Amino acid sequence: MSGQKFDNKIVQWVDERLPIFSVLKESAVDYPTPKNLNYWWNFGSLAGFMLVVMILTGIFLAMNYAANTAIAFGVVEHIMRDVNYGWLLRYLHMNGASFFFICVYIHIFRGLYYGSYKAPRELLWALGLLIYLVMMGTAFMGYVLPWGQMSFWGATVITNLFSAIPVVGDYIVTLLWGGFSVDNPTLNRFYALHYLLPFVIFALVFLHLVALHTTKSNNPLGIDVTGPQDTIPFHPYYTVKDLVGIGVLLLIYLAVVFFAPNFFGEPDNYVPANPLVTPPHIVPEWYFLPFYAILRAIPDKLGGVLAMFGAIVILFFLPWIDSSKVRSAKFRPIFKQIFWIFLAVCLVLGYCGSQPPEGQIVVVGRIATAAYFLFFPLLWVLGKIEKPKPLPQSISAPVLKGASAGHAAQKMEKA
Amino acid sequence: MADTSTSASGTPPEGESRRDFLLYAASAVGVAGTALAVWPLIHSMNPAADTLALSSTEVDLSSIAVGQAITVTWRGKPVFIRHRTDEEIEAARKVDLAELRDPETDDKRVKKAEWLILVGICTHLGCIPMGQKASDPKGEYGGWFCPCHGSAYDTSGRIRKGPAPLNLAVPTYTFLTDTSVRIG
Amino acid sequence: MRKFLTSTFAAALLAVAIPAAAEEGPALERQNWSWHGPFGQYDKAQLRRGFQVFREICSNCHSMKLVAYRNLGDLGFTEDEIKAIAAEKQVQDGPNDQGDMYARPARPSDRFVPPFPNDQAARVASNGALPPDLSLMTKARVGGPDYVYGILTGFKDTPPEGVTIPDGMYYNTAFPGHQIAMPPPVNDDQVTYADGTKATKEQISKDAVAFLNWAAEPELDQRHSLGVKTLIFVFVMTILFYALKRKIWARLH
Repeated sequence: MSGQKFDNKIVQWVDERLPIFSVLKESAVDYPTPKNLNYWWNFGSLAGFMLVVMILTGIFLAMNYAANTAIAFGVVEHIMRDVNYGWLLRYLHMNGASFFFICVYIHIFRGLYYGSYKAPRELLWALGLLIYLVMMGTAFMGYVLPWGQMSFWGATVITNLFSAIPVVGDYIVTLLWGGFSVDNPTLNRFYALHYLLPFVIFALVFLHLVALHTTKSNNPLGIDVTGPQDTIPFHPYYTVKDLVGIGVLLLIYLAVVFFAPNFFGEPDNYVPANPLVTPPHIVPEWYFLPFYAILRAIPDKLGGVLAMFGAIVILFFLPWIDSSKVRSAKFRPIFKQIFWIFLAVCLVLGYCGSQPPEGQIVVVGRIATAAYFLFFPLLWVLGKIEKPKPLPQSISAPVLKGASAGHAAQKMEKA
Repeated sequence: MADTSTSASGTPPEGESRRDFLLYAASAVGVAGTALAVWPLIHSMNPAADTLALSSTEVDLSSIAVGQAITVTWRGKPVFIRHRTDEEIEAARKVDLAELRDPETDDKRVKKAEWLILVGICTHLGCIPMGQKASDPKGEYGGWFCPCHGSAYDTSGRIRKGPAPLNLAVPTYTFLTDTSVRIG
Repeated sequence: MRKFLTSTFAAALLAVAIPAAAEEGPALERQNWSWHGPFGQYDKAQLRRGFQVFREICSNCHSMKLVAYRNLGDLGFTEDEIKAIAAEKQVQDGPNDQGDMYARPARPSDRFVPPFPNDQAARVASNGALPPDLSLMTKARVGGPDYVYGILTGFKDTPPEGVTIPDGMYYNTAFPGHQIAMPPPVNDDQVTYADGTKATKEQISKDAVAFLNWAAEPELDQRHSLGVKTLIFVFVMTILFYALKRKIWARLH
């Protein structure tokens, strides 16, 4: 395809017919990568690693699971108690979802901070958000499978969101359930989809990578690569750096799996599902909490649902909402402040979502929701009025000249 | 492997051996770690603790009349228990071992001559031979006949005709009393 | 500016956290359980005492349907002892050759036989309240083992002034709402321990909670010891990767 030459005759023979080795060499070995990427750039590969962990543990869990409301709870406990290393697989999978989301959230906020969504990377950003959306669906349906109290009531509440749609809402909910409440047909279809969607994610990740390798990586300075002096080959520099990231991630992830496996979980999910009793305080998994807070902040059913979905949909338009041509927050003093406020707003929303909707929580939740949506028009205005700091000539130029910005990038890289 | 892409600046020669050592050590640990991580995945496919706990079955033999046979389940497999008649025992004993594909004396295949206990799975491709019920065809040798590919077994469960290579297997079992047996 | 941000954020969090904390139930006293911490393991002697408490007291009303008799091997019981323990209970099996269901002594492979045939029977026998299954109790309640210990030791003969407790209910400091249908289950010297441990109310409660925690997390011992080994391995691996990374990146400067 590309006229790559390989010493090994068999490799060469295969490559002439199916260019897997050429593609691999171009996109994972020689692939020219900006030399100044910091450790925040690790989280894309870490998210990919978590996806592989989830699919692997998931396949082996599926071999022991049965999607039937009469036995699902017991079958998960059978995995925990009787299947060889079943407890390990289950805890890896259960906490893996949380760590997958942690990696993806950091990855998203990194993209936000360094302006990685801006031209020409709009589709790369949109594909990433699609992955995130499918992940949320997959995680939600996976949480239903153990058929505990939170599984059941989470499924009930989330599917009921669709009943807010005028006219056809109730029909849609009945269609989702396959009955008149969350029941066996619901569990069965959720299991089927929970097994399917990770492979959809996998395909989207592939497209995400194709888009990435077309536009190439952004970098902490947010300026374009000017020539070969700005880049280094992906292998061995970033392969080994990604391995360091995987090691650190594993240390934290496995510490939770082995020593605090129910840290992210809810005790109520160890009570079998009971359609007649709602637990006093139901909360979604932590990664949904900000959106849950937005849902509850609007005192109108349809309005709340629209705001919640709107909070995600608006992110797709970010490349066009942000009117600034400068990518990295490093050179946008005001944007940098607003970025941290936005992050804090998201965390406050998450906290509000975890609390019972009473008293001041409601007020704080509403203010934070308003702040969340205010971020976007503010971003548009900011691009018009903000005066960015001068940009360096190229990625390698500031290093040679000892300019401050380049120096900072180097320091972060080493940290 | 790392050296192929050293397109950047030249490497100081004295650092080379230390990097090589690090490369080998890190690779070895990485490969070992991956291999260790795969084991729980594979091992989860082996029988679970509750499956292993059910690996023995106790059977009461008192209700089986001479000439009758019953089939019980042991580890999900059929086990044939036949209360043999004197003629069947006699027929099994007088077979010339030289004629047999899988030579075994009848004595070796039973603990008490009247009770023949076998795993009821044809050694050809895993079908269940016929011959348990009075109305079943028992094949030319009065034992069992596998309808899938025509293997015939004698009154000791030994293969006599057809494609199966081995005699019907004898499970491990112990007589708890004269009329009760534990299989497994 | 950064400072301003952090302080605003902290203030916002505090503002929401304070009223929320006020609504929480009574604070649970944290006990020093043997299995706490990465190196924590169950104390087998304690688990056996706890099993004795469960067998003599709890199991009169509570089921433990997820645990099998064979699992008692974890507590150090021999195969014959487990057989004997199982055989004390009858389970329904069948149908036999005549088509009838019949009762037979439980085997090690059977799960703990519940005290009542179904939930309705359990309610009728327990004043209308359903005694919950105890298999996962320490995982299924906020506070875990500390909560269960709080319940077992939190009964008060006389409720505080102004609180009236209806007939058939009991005042308990740890239970949400403080009205519990379970009568105080443990008293001093209610069991006699074979190993000579003094059977105070607190000791009995602790032993019972230890056993319940084992029932909920029988994998804990293996999980902790495998976890320590795994983390040491991953730590060494990460150090090696980092050293290699430093070495490789050193070529660039």
